[in-house]
Amino acid sequence: MRNYEVVFVAAPTMTGDELDGFIGHIQSVVESKNGKIVKIENWGKKSLAYKIKRFREGYYVVLTIEGDGGTIAEVERRFRVTDTIMRFISVRIDEDLKRSEKIKAARRKKAPKQEFTPSSAQNSEPAPAAESDR
Amino acid sequence: MPGPRRFSVRRKRVCKFCAEKITYIDFKDAKLLGHFIPERGKILPRRISGVCSTHQRLLAEAIKRARHMAILPFVAD
Repeated sequence: MRNYEVVFVAAPTMTGDELDGFIGHIQSVVESKNGKIVKIENWGKKSLAYKIKRFREGYYVVLTIEGDGGTIAEVERRFRVTDTIMRFISVRIDEDLKRSEKIKAARRKKAPKQEFTPSSAQNSEPAPAAESDR
Repeated sequence: MPGPRRFSVRRKRVCKFCAEKITYIDFKDAKLLGHFIPERGKILPRRISGVCSTHQRLLAEAIKRARHMAILPFVAD
């Protein structure tokens, strides 16, 4: 099983109910392909950085999907045949997160040792507050 | 080290991502990526931002993804 992050932008002409219906539809598609939607994040209507199909805004939805390549292929096919979906992207995140975890683990191991880079001697102590942990 | 410089603006040379120990750059984080997008909308070069090569690669990828999703502009003016 792989983890994917799928983001899509839907046309602002859709109503909230239609959007919810479409998300439900995608959910059933994913489940029929033995996948699982781990998280649904609805950002609501957001303004676009540039016009797409003459629209200035769109609904942003972020889905975190657990599944294999076939699952994502089917989801992407559904996006393509749906006219109201203006943009979509699916990114495989499990490998990146694993890599990120590995670096963090290595760092934790190394942490007890004293840092001795001369340039960072005075500003190494007040560590900047970690904003995001990713 | 300071010496006479032609440019008075001395940019900091520490990679922001290394300093904050960020290991994955999220393309959905418009606020973070916005720091590396000057007015024109181009990707800020490493020699100005001071980002290390590893993070610059991750950053460039994230910015390109964000552009595709209309989170960031391709050109802005």
